[in-house]
Amino acid sequence: MGSHGIKDRVAIVGMGCTPFAEAFDKGTDDLLVAASEEAFASAGVDRQDVDAYWLGTAQSGMSGMTLAKPLGLEGKPVTRVENMCATGSEALRQACYAVTSGAYDLAMAVGVEKVKDSGYQGLNAFPIPGDGTARTLTAAAMFSMVVPAYAERYGVDLAELKQSLAHIAAKNHRNGARNPRAQFRREVTEEQILAGPRVAGELGVFDCAGVADGAAAAVVVRAEDAMRFTDKPLYVKALSFVAGNGSGLTDPSYDYTTFPEIVACAADAYRQAGISDPRRQLAMAEVHDCFTPTELVLMEDLGFSERGTAWKEVLAGAFDLDGDLPINPDGGLKSFGHPVGASGLRMLFEAWLQLRGEAPEERRIATADRGLALTHNLGGYPGELVSFVSVVGSALG
Amino acid sequence: MRGIVGFGAYLPAQRLDRTTIAAVAGGGGGTGTRRVASYDEDPTTMAVEAGRAALQGAPVLPRAVYLTTTAPPYLDKTNATAVHAALRLPAHAVAADVGGAVRSGVAALRLALQGSEPALVVSADVRTGLPGSPDESEGGDAAAALLVGDDADAPVLAEHLGGASATAEFLDRWRTPGDVRSKVWEERFGESQYVPLVTAAWRDALRATGIEADAVAHVVVTGTHARAVRAAARKLGTRPEALTDDLASRVGNAGAAGPALLLTSVLESAAPGAVVALVVLADGADVLLFRTTPALADHRPARPLADQLGAGRDLPYGRFLAWRGLLPVEPPRRPEPARVSASAAARSRDWKYGLAESGADGDEAASLADATGTVATYTVDRLAYSPSPPVVFAIVDFDGGRRLPLELTDVEVADVAVGTRVEMTFRRLSTADGIHNYFWKARPARA
Repeated sequence: MGSHGIKDRVAIVGMGCTPFAEAFDKGTDDLLVAASEEAFASAGVDRQDVDAYWLGTAQSGMSGMTLAKPLGLEGKPVTRVENMCATGSEALRQACYAVTSGAYDLAMAVGVEKVKDSGYQGLNAFPIPGDGTARTLTAAAMFSMVVPAYAERYGVDLAELKQSLAHIAAKNHRNGARNPRAQFRREVTEEQILAGPRVAGELGVFDCAGVADGAAAAVVVRAEDAMRFTDKPLYVKALSFVAGNGSGLTDPSYDYTTFPEIVACAADAYRQAGISDPRRQLAMAEVHDCFTPTELVLMEDLGFSERGTAWKEVLAGAFDLDGDLPINPDGGLKSFGHPVGASGLRMLFEAWLQLRGEAPEERRIATADRGLALTHNLGGYPGELVSFVSVVGSALG
Repeated sequence: MRGIVGFGAYLPAQRLDRTTIAAVAGGGGGTGTRRVASYDEDPTTMAVEAGRAALQGAPVLPRAVYLTTTAPPYLDKTNATAVHAALRLPAHAVAADVGGAVRSGVAALRLALQGSEPALVVSADVRTGLPGSPDESEGGDAAAALLVGDDADAPVLAEHLGGASATAEFLDRWRTPGDVRSKVWEERFGESQYVPLVTAAWRDALRATGIEADAVAHVVVTGTHARAVRAAARKLGTRPEALTDDLASRVGNAGAAGPALLLTSVLESAAPGAVVALVVLADGADVLLFRTTPALADHRPARPLADQLGAGRDLPYGRFLAWRGLLPVEPPRRPEPARVSASAAARSRDWKYGLAESGADGDEAASLADATGTVATYTVDRLAYSPSPPVVFAIVDFDGGRRLPLELTDVEVADVAVGTRVEMTFRRLSTADGIHNYFWKARPARA
């Protein structure tokens, strides 16, 4: 028994990603077709060449027919998966395991979310009938509790901590300004961020990721078949997932300065990939910056910074585009918004561009001596999270 | 011997300064303050609070709970069952509403006193009217619970000596179901009807009990017709100092809850051996006579009304109007809560209503309702849906070691800090499809 991973047994050979936007003129079908066709073209395959599909969507459609109908698939298996905000990553994970098993030769993971048809601000989960006792806070409020907790635990002055959080937002907006697929393409200064209207706790509007529609897709094959599709495949080094048991909500020892599910998930991923020093071995990481304090804590939970030091490293620019470990070089959720089912695959799309040297020059990072990228995708709230971590690389071994 | 074996009152934390009304409403108002049920309170939740106070430390559990109010959150469905559940009373205890009219409060007490089993009579009311009206200004929101029983059940604190009633059909005040306001006939007419009825009932009550008027140590005269109440009080022949404070300047007229509230107020300070008279004017007259016992001297109320009268938070008039639905304000652009599932709520009855989790091996569920705790961390959610934004939310560590995420209520944002001490209170979180979602919140611990 054990988590063995599938290092170097699966390769990503084609990807697509729509622009993320308030796409009032596009429906779920349009987004799915656009991302899928880009991925088909990227891999040089036809929709009927794909043996099986995994569709990730949190609440834009039910069943595999949500994808089979717009693509006009004939007799293909399509599985719809959902794992909160890590839904897109979950679709990838299942497609990878399917080809590793030998059940299929060619599989595709597609993630989509059509958020902006709801008419409400922010993301809203569809209601599940219940006894009415579950808390109904927004995600912003739940994650805002990290800020005072972190300040208190590490003795950080709240103003300095907020400056660090503002740096995270400014950094991600700066990166997103260099990405034509991003929703927000304007740089925002730390002063503007700090002056933004308050949403929850210490979080202002610029501490929160936006909301957008979008879709992304990846074509996967067994590693030995990869070169038939592209000379620059990405090899899957690790796929890890942890679904928390929610005990953090009622555990008096939980202090809101870390996400234990993510610590466990990252440890499993590094074991699968054989990574001992992620800060130095990774070329980049795409992380789930739903709120600025989330990204801050992730730097520690993913092992990039020592406990209690990430806020300082952020301020020193360690995670900027030209820092020693660029985080969210594509602009992150901050610049893209968060179409729930698509975000995990959008993160992978940036790894795909960067590790293949295809990112636009103005945001291209050095990958020559570090051919590994990490994507991290989470769902839920502090105390009750699901966490996904992948590591992909441009070379075998 | 039968009588009152326990009592408890509940005043909502919010006070409305009556002098602030006229500037907005163009008239009305007055002096002093009235109590205001919060946006998340209703007669059911206030009845729970009063019932908890009355039952804390009580030597006997009631076999019946009667809820009386003029503002029932539900019709058709019994409201007292939620009170029964939140008080964690056994299934064999009956729960029933005695509701609709102001007279229900004293009528339910009369029935309980004439019965033979321990019974909890809980009266709770939310009183309002249109902006600028006398009802809006003079009304007050409150609840009071009286535990009635025999000396075989528990030490009787106030023995029921007897009483009398008088009834006549006439129009004093009335409200069509669904209306926010009551209407009243011109008050001279009501006075002409009430005074003879009170006089007759008073005479009959004294005769039945053999009590002389000047032997009455405390007399509560109450009713929604203020002029008739004053006139009737003058005709009783009791000593002037026997007339008790009607709490009008600090609470307001609590409607169906008025008699129990004022009786509770008297019992908190009365000496043993004192005759207490309760005289209620509501579509007739009811007189109940009690004599306090030596046991009262040893009785320590759980939540003294005197303490609650001294505490409170001032509420702006605009908020008062919004809470009563008379000033609709823009809601957050978020979906409103979904309706509660009846079957899911029934499965989690212990938790939802009693804040009790089943122990291992079928042990009796332990409730956190009476536990106190400390705010471990908190946040203010300006985006989430609430009937009165923003939502203040805390992670609460209970003294016994448990932790729960809980919404805070009766707080100002500026008053919350890590380390704030809190206690639990039963509230109405929201209403959807006409279903009231009751659950517990935390609020700053009262001294």
